[in-house]
Amino acid sequence: MSYAATHDQHDDHHGAPKGFFQRWCMSTNHKDIGTLYLIFALTMFFIGGSFAMLIRAELFKPGLQLMQPYFFNQLTTMHALVMIFGAIMPAFVGLGNWMIPLMVGAPDMALPRMNNLSFWILPFAFVLLLSTLFLPGGGPAGGWTMYPPLSLQSDSLAYVVFAVHLMGISSIMGAINIIATILNMRAPGMDLLKMPVFVWSWLITAFLLIAVMPVLAGAVTMLLTDKYFGTNFFNPGGGGDPVLYQHIFWFFGHPEVYIMILPAFGIISEIVPTFARKPIFGYKAMVFAIACIAFLSFIVWAHHMFAVGLPLGAEIFFMYATMLISVPTGVKVFNWVATMWGGSMTFETPMLFAIAFIILFTIGGFSGLMLALVPADFQYHDTYFVVAHFHYVLVTGALFAIIAAAYYWMPKWTGNMYNEFWGKVHFWNSVIWVNVLFFPQHFLGLAGMPRRIPDYNVAFANFNMISSIGGFLFGASQLIFLGVLIHCAFFSKKKATDRVWEGAKGLEWTVPSPAPHHTFEMPPVIHDDELAHGHVND
Amino acid sequence: MGQQHDAYFVPAKSYWPFVAAVVMFTTVFGAAHWLNAEPGDAGFGKTVLTVGVIGVLGMFFGWFRSVINESLAGDYNHQVDTSFRMGMMWFIFSEVMFFGAFFGALFYIRMFSVPWLGGHGHGALTHQFLWSDYAASWGMNGGNGPEHVGGTFSTVPAWGLPLLNTLILLTSSVTVTIAHHALRAGHRGKILLFLGLTVLLGATFLYFQAHEYMEAYKELNLTLHSGVYGSTFFLLTGFHGLHVTLGTIMLAVIWLRVLKGHFNKEHHFGFEAVAWYWHFVDVVWLGLFMFVYIL
Repeated sequence: MSYAATHDQHDDHHGAPKGFFQRWCMSTNHKDIGTLYLIFALTMFFIGGSFAMLIRAELFKPGLQLMQPYFFNQLTTMHALVMIFGAIMPAFVGLGNWMIPLMVGAPDMALPRMNNLSFWILPFAFVLLLSTLFLPGGGPAGGWTMYPPLSLQSDSLAYVVFAVHLMGISSIMGAINIIATILNMRAPGMDLLKMPVFVWSWLITAFLLIAVMPVLAGAVTMLLTDKYFGTNFFNPGGGGDPVLYQHIFWFFGHPEVYIMILPAFGIISEIVPTFARKPIFGYKAMVFAIACIAFLSFIVWAHHMFAVGLPLGAEIFFMYATMLISVPTGVKVFNWVATMWGGSMTFETPMLFAIAFIILFTIGGFSGLMLALVPADFQYHDTYFVVAHFHYVLVTGALFAIIAAAYYWMPKWTGNMYNEFWGKVHFWNSVIWVNVLFFPQHFLGLAGMPRRIPDYNVAFANFNMISSIGGFLFGASQLIFLGVLIHCAFFSKKKATDRVWEGAKGLEWTVPSPAPHHTFEMPPVIHDDELAHGHVND
Repeated sequence: MGQQHDAYFVPAKSYWPFVAAVVMFTTVFGAAHWLNAEPGDAGFGKTVLTVGVIGVLGMFFGWFRSVINESLAGDYNHQVDTSFRMGMMWFIFSEVMFFGAFFGALFYIRMFSVPWLGGHGHGALTHQFLWSDYAASWGMNGGNGPEHVGGTFSTVPAWGLPLLNTLILLTSSVTVTIAHHALRAGHRGKILLFLGLTVLLGATFLYFQAHEYMEAYKELNLTLHSGVYGSTFFLLTGFHGLHVTLGTIMLAVIWLRVLKGHFNKEHHFGFEAVAWYWHFVDVVWLGLFMFVYIL
């Protein structure tokens, strides 16, 4: 390549390129890459969801109906890995990709080629991970946490470890890109404390990702060397300790939990003010609350390990540190409610999902507070109560926020309005069946039903059957979502306006719908009145 | 369009990211297959791994070449430069956290798991029922655990080669800084001399490290299998050595680029990024020298 040839290398096409490979595999466009992330996440959501359907089918009745226990264990492990690393995280990165440059007035992400690499690693990583299901010996079956010594018994370990390495590389590069975009690419006048809360939430999330994904890489590398190269990190006979793995894993794992919820907080903080037609209550408090939660996430990891035999002092420290998190989280919930207070509210589908998020995520938060109590946790640990807890925060929390975001921003992405009637049908089906699915699991757990088992005592039969029915119908409801998305993208006749929502504020609503292939090629002039948080006093 | 890019720059489409994803996948797929191969039957894993590694090297060459060409063509403005700097800083931070996991493991093992196995504090019952004759200590008298995994071994004395290596790396940090100052002053001969010295010091470090490993395996019986002492020793020093190798290669590339006149007083992000990286591996070594060799 000569210097002359590179001289005019800017991405100066006015529209999207024509060739399929050119457009999607060589992209440096944040919107196209964001779309790829979102489509990938949706695909993984249905693959992980089909695992969940099989799990609930097996648990429909006591006794073994459909599968061998070992395959059941593979399903629970894969369901978690696919949903966490394949669905929720890429969906947030996709939303960040699409919206952060639009929200801060940047032409694209700071490092567009690395952005493309971050995405394209993922499909390959998941091919590697999912292929283990078809290998002799099957996929990983020791749970997504991969605790040794159990995880070391599986032949698929090397595949899983390398898949996790790839996902980690992807996440770290994605996070670096997001930080560089937010800190370096903002349009003049977009001060840090004028940024939308969604951008703030992603800035802090990206920091968490860079801080903890390498720790996970280290932990799984130790698993790899313990299994294949004869090290003794987790072998007490050689001076190691399997609990060491749990410490390292959860030092990653707890911030990871917030990686999956902080962007959701950001989304809800965008949607609620739009449909309440009021600025968010306590903008600065919302930002500081996110930062507080992120800080606390580094000093609470051992609350996942209360029953493993920690020294008493450690149990007490981690119990109190964990309960502290409810303070900034409480601030957030209070401020969302206060934002709605006295607002001129309308209840379009994104708002319905956002309100459901606030209520149901809070339920998940309360059950988390119960789990934080050491003496009580000895009863709850590894029961269905834990399953109910984290599905309330991840399904009705993270996933509902992603669905809300999809409805909220789809008109901006596609230029078409989604069908409000079917959106509401999707909402009511989702919100009813998700509670039928997960609420009984609280009682199952309190009554002592352990998690990760294919068979159970007949005493648990009724609630499991109710839960499974809820599960099947919740799963089926998501097909409505798929239908609404496809209709909106390709068939909807109703064009979206630029502002889309009457109460919407922020730079992303000043560009046309659908957002052109290139936006803000010149830094926009920012008028504080256009911003949701243009005049921050509180 | 030309004028607008004075404010913002978006790079052209490139197939390198996609190629990178493919070759990374090839590498790890081959590696995983190889690790799982039946004894005596290497299968195709090794071949796939080799193809993948060659692909990764080719990808780095090609991707960096196109970036260097764009940089020389003057496409990158101040904002792009800042993005690159932020990218490198946060990348180094992620590396710090990666080493943090292994240092954390070392501290946990030395402060908790080994003493507990010896019956201290929390581990009284484990000690009594499983290994009541194990006296907890680190180093050659118990660092390989109650079952003496890997057999009796000796540790590498801190005040021999490791001390020399410490001095070598510290000196190399000084030489790279002198080269940086020379770059900012525009003295190309001085840059080449001191950057070349840095590369040589890095290579010398690696030579001594390899020598130390051979001595450990042949004479001290300190191997990867020497219980958790061997595990932490070799993984920590090994990952560090890998980073020194990368750093040395990067410094050598930068030396060639200086020779070709790629940098000037204002634009030398490539040089600075590698210098930061070099200081980072230096600092990690100081941690290793302290906690792995001395204490």
